Amino acid sequence: MKSDIKLFENGKRLDGRKPDELRNIKIETGVLHRAEGSCYLEWGGNKVIVAVYGPREAIPRHTQNPLRAIVNARYNMAAFSVDDRKRPGPDRRSREISKVISEALGHAIFLERFPRASIDVNIEVLEAEAGTRCAGLTAAGVALVDAGIPMRDIPVACAAGKIEGQVVLDLGKEEDNFGSADLPIAISPRTGEILLLQMDGHMTGDEFNTALDMAIKGCHTVSEIQKKAITEKYQKTEGD
Amino acid sequence: MTDEKREIVIPSQLLGETKDKRAGDGTFVEDGKIYSSLLGVLNIRQQFINVVPLKGRYEPSERDFVIGIVDIPMSSSWLVDINAPYPALLHVNEVPWDVEFGETEKYLNNGDCIMAKVLQVDQEKKLQITLNDRNLYKIKGGLLIDVEPSKVPRIIGKKGSMISLLKQYTKCRIFVGQNGRVWIDGDEQGIKKVIDTIKQIERESLSYGLTSKIEEMLKKEFKDV
Repeated sequence: MKSDIKLFENGKRLDGRKPDELRNIKIETGVLHRAEGSCYLEWGGNKVIVAVYGPREAIPRHTQNPLRAIVNARYNMAAFSVDDRKRPGPDRRSREISKVISEALGHAIFLERFPRASIDVNIEVLEAEAGTRCAGLTAAGVALVDAGIPMRDIPVACAAGKIEGQVVLDLGKEEDNFGSADLPIAISPRTGEILLLQMDGHMTGDEFNTALDMAIKGCHTVSEIQKKAITEKYQKTEGD
Repeated sequence: MTDEKREIVIPSQLLGETKDKRAGDGTFVEDGKIYSSLLGVLNIRQQFINVVPLKGRYEPSERDFVIGIVDIPMSSSWLVDINAPYPALLHVNEVPWDVEFGETEKYLNNGDCIMAKVLQVDQEKKLQITLNDRNLYKIKGGLLIDVEPSKVPRIIGKKGSMISLLKQYTKCRIFVGQNGRVWIDGDEQGIKKVIDTIKQIERESLSYGLTSKIEEMLKKEFKDV
């Protein structure tokens, strides 16, 4: 797709960011009272709210695994989250995202401690502006910690991409729509394992490697913000 | 324990190495390093590194005293919600009454509260509870409140110091279930006081010398009355 706007000029991007600069991220935990764990996250123009329920007995019964818990992540975009009204309800795209997020989160949780149970993660996108799956997964990681679920690591996600031949971190809305590639990844920051890797568009092998390295670096930055958000909240309420 | 601020730890935080410490509750070991697996408070006791959870579901263990709410009466057993990830089974053999087959509803029905003991937790985490122990019965009257299961030890206090304090001053009957449910019975004012105090204990559960602080508070309040 070609457009007449310049996405990259004088080493600066459309919104004035450097190629390896993230958008602003704000994370708040424990925002919902009915849920066992919750998180509200703002990532640039994305607004995401996540509620975690469980571990509780998995229903329907045939989904139960006698050896471990199952993770049910449900990614949903609100009808008002995009410019044109989005037809509500699950579609092909949101079902795919739900599946990949469930699998990514499952690798970070001690699932074997809760046989036959399910951990339900509801990810609600209130406002979308490119990179909602990364925002959703990052928020889900924080909400799981807030729910007191035993975890190996706090999963974190970040994207890199290519616009006008330049590899950049964390694509914005125009960059996503008119750029040439998008590479969202999720990692386990402690071990560096990759939990999710998807790619849209075309990149050469070299470009892919630079983008991957850049995204991993971005993940670590976001991870620090996640950890700070959790400790700050509980240090304040419980620390003294 | 020293008087320094209690440290909050989050999952995947490095706590030590297996060379000089041993991994306790709420931790896991990978490559000889001990990490926290929970959001909680760091607690180092001699050799062991423990993490006391701040939040989370009640994890049933055998011989725990819990408060359950009957969910479904079946022909020879009941399913009881004890705030665990799974419903607990209460078999007719485990109640003090002589229940005819199919007449379980006459004794316990949906919504009834019982004090019970966890009898068995098997590998698949199937739970069984019993009413055949001292002081276990169906609850009549009173009030049931929910607290965070991880804060139950603080509400009970060292050797029951906190709870006996509350009973002594408010003259209420109180039963604290390990699963984070508290049953209170007494006069209206007493109940209100107990709830306020328990909420305060929950809020300030991490401060030191809480028992004496609560005692002073109760002393002052009940002198006025």
